[in-house]
Amino acid sequence: MSKLLRSALVVAVVSAATSALAADISGAGATFPYPIYSKWADTYKKDTGIGLNYQSIGSGGGIKQIEARTVTFGASDAPLKPDVLEKNGLVQWPMVMGGIVPVVNIEGVKPGQLAIDGPTLAKVFLGQITKWNDPALAKLNPNAKLPNTAIAVVHRSDGSGTTFNYTNYLVKVSPEWASKVGSAVSVEWPVGLGAKGNEGVANTVGITKNSIGYVEYAYAMENKMTYMDMVNKDGKRVAPKTETFQSAAANADWAHAPGFYQILTEQPGAKSWPITASTFILMPKKVPDAAAAATALKFFDWAFAHGAKQAEALDYIPMPANVVTLIKKTWASDIKDASGKPVYEPK
Amino acid sequence: MAEAALSSVAKPAAQSEIREKVLRRFELGDQAFHVLTKSSAIAVLILLGGVILSLVQGSLPALSKFGFGFLTSDAWNPVTENFGAAPAVYGTLVTSIIALAIAVPIGFGIAIFLTELCPYKLRRPIGIAVELLAGIPSIIYGIWGMFIFAPFLQATVQPALIGAFADVPLLNQLFAGPPYGIGILTASIILAIMILPLISSISRDVFDTVPPVLKEAAYGVGCTRWEVMRSIVAPYTGIGLVGGVMLALGRALGETMAVTFVIGNAHKIHASILGPGTTISATIANEFTEATGDIYTSSLIALGLLLFVITFVVLAISRLLLMRIEGKGAR
Repeated sequence: MSKLLRSALVVAVVSAATSALAADISGAGATFPYPIYSKWADTYKKDTGIGLNYQSIGSGGGIKQIEARTVTFGASDAPLKPDVLEKNGLVQWPMVMGGIVPVVNIEGVKPGQLAIDGPTLAKVFLGQITKWNDPALAKLNPNAKLPNTAIAVVHRSDGSGTTFNYTNYLVKVSPEWASKVGSAVSVEWPVGLGAKGNEGVANTVGITKNSIGYVEYAYAMENKMTYMDMVNKDGKRVAPKTETFQSAAANADWAHAPGFYQILTEQPGAKSWPITASTFILMPKKVPDAAAAATALKFFDWAFAHGAKQAEALDYIPMPANVVTLIKKTWASDIKDASGKPVYEPK
Repeated sequence: MAEAALSSVAKPAAQSEIREKVLRRFELGDQAFHVLTKSSAIAVLILLGGVILSLVQGSLPALSKFGFGFLTSDAWNPVTENFGAAPAVYGTLVTSIIALAIAVPIGFGIAIFLTELCPYKLRRPIGIAVELLAGIPSIIYGIWGMFIFAPFLQATVQPALIGAFADVPLLNQLFAGPPYGIGILTASIILAIMILPLISSISRDVFDTVPPVLKEAAYGVGCTRWEVMRSIVAPYTGIGLVGGVMLALGRALGETMAVTFVIGNAHKIHASILGPGTTISATIANEFTEATGDIYTSSLIALGLLLFVITFVVLAISRLLLMRIEGKGAR
């Protein structure tokens, strides 16, 4: 019940803040990009004096709040489908990217030593592969010594954009996963332990021997976890790093994705990491407050132009330049005030 | 003063008039007080009614879609929007029952020790320590449970339990599977630690209400300490003890944060109590923020309604128990 109360409080605080601090930008939503948004906001405030009040209440909460127009922008790790965008009169675009990596806790195994491919990963999470020395895993790792122990599967217990992207990948690589489980911010997990938040999964894998879980790349790096390499769509073994994440984004077909509805899992390219994810910003097409919307867009424009270094320092991946050009075009053509004039025209 | 007394003696008729005035004023005050307290009491009822009403209204979409099957189904699938409450209800009841089974004997033991056996010098420090346990926020219990207690259970207690009961039928089902560290049993033990101070401090307080003369008389006719506790103190304090246990049970049923950390959050009913499970409040806390879709949100509210009903039933049962004990006492 305390969560209920808290979201009610957040609504109250956010709506109070929008009226009290008119100069500040107000946003709410996904927890995954919170560290970089606050870092950008910090620098931006020093440069311009305009602050950002971002409530990281989860993607679902962000979508609900922008639908209710209680914030200037919403943020979600899962993109809204074009028809849903249309129905709610919203525009969306990807803001920054990250990677999702499988992490394990097996005695004596170091980061990057083991590799796994999509179908095998799906079988582990379906509970069909139950031992670490299963032939399927042994075939992918001919040189590793895999223990004869049960696999403890760890997943998110809370609804999460990370889960959305992870299950989206499993759906693409495993027909059985697609028919039995599917993809959403939370799903009916066939096996395993549920832990709250990226940090919860990281901790549970950390303390549970012979376990496997999935976390955002930044959490895996921060906690020095044993990540696995993966076999991508082109059949190549790749390690999770900026280069492989950016390859996935660059090879994705953004230009032909209406409403930027593009999920960066299982993208082509020899160097592409198979589970890359972008986090999205949502704004109304017809903004209720043109000045506030223009301020927010100016901030996003600044972040695209000057925020890349800070993003990389926090293990996020900046959007490729060609995608940013597309996004700016959308701002000029789609986000308008009551009289139908664009609220902000980027240079 | 003296003048007033004199005048009142002098005029008895006037005095009775004043008396009446004062009485009327008191009556007015009394009535105001009556209205004030009565309306406060009724406000609680209205509030409660409002909560029930909004819970029922919120859970209607889910209940009308799934019907009675909501209670018995173990599905929890946000993708196909198919939900059932069975694993959450099961987890809530089982963790609370195991927690009570652990905490009640220990809590009573602490209370008996503190009131009957403990040297005077130690009573206050031990009593305060027990009450401090009650003051620790539940999130701290959760973090401690996850980082220190669960790995300890995983490394020592759980393998020992699995090994010890491997050949015992039935019990080997109850203690089966890989030792994850977190799961139903771990959550139950954490809950037991959390409700222990409630039980022990309430029972200590009620034990203190037993008139010393009763105990002295019993010791006088040669009763042992055990006999005094069993035949004098326990019957005298029965109502209070049941009250304390019920309060503890109420806390165990609704506890959220600590449980969420250590129960494993799996919407499954496992035969083994070492397996992961979930409770009603843990499910709501975990999923409410990201629940999209009317049926999903409504199912979570329906879970809340169920918890409300369960708590109500528990309170009703405790009332019945109390009435029976009171009846016995009167006889």
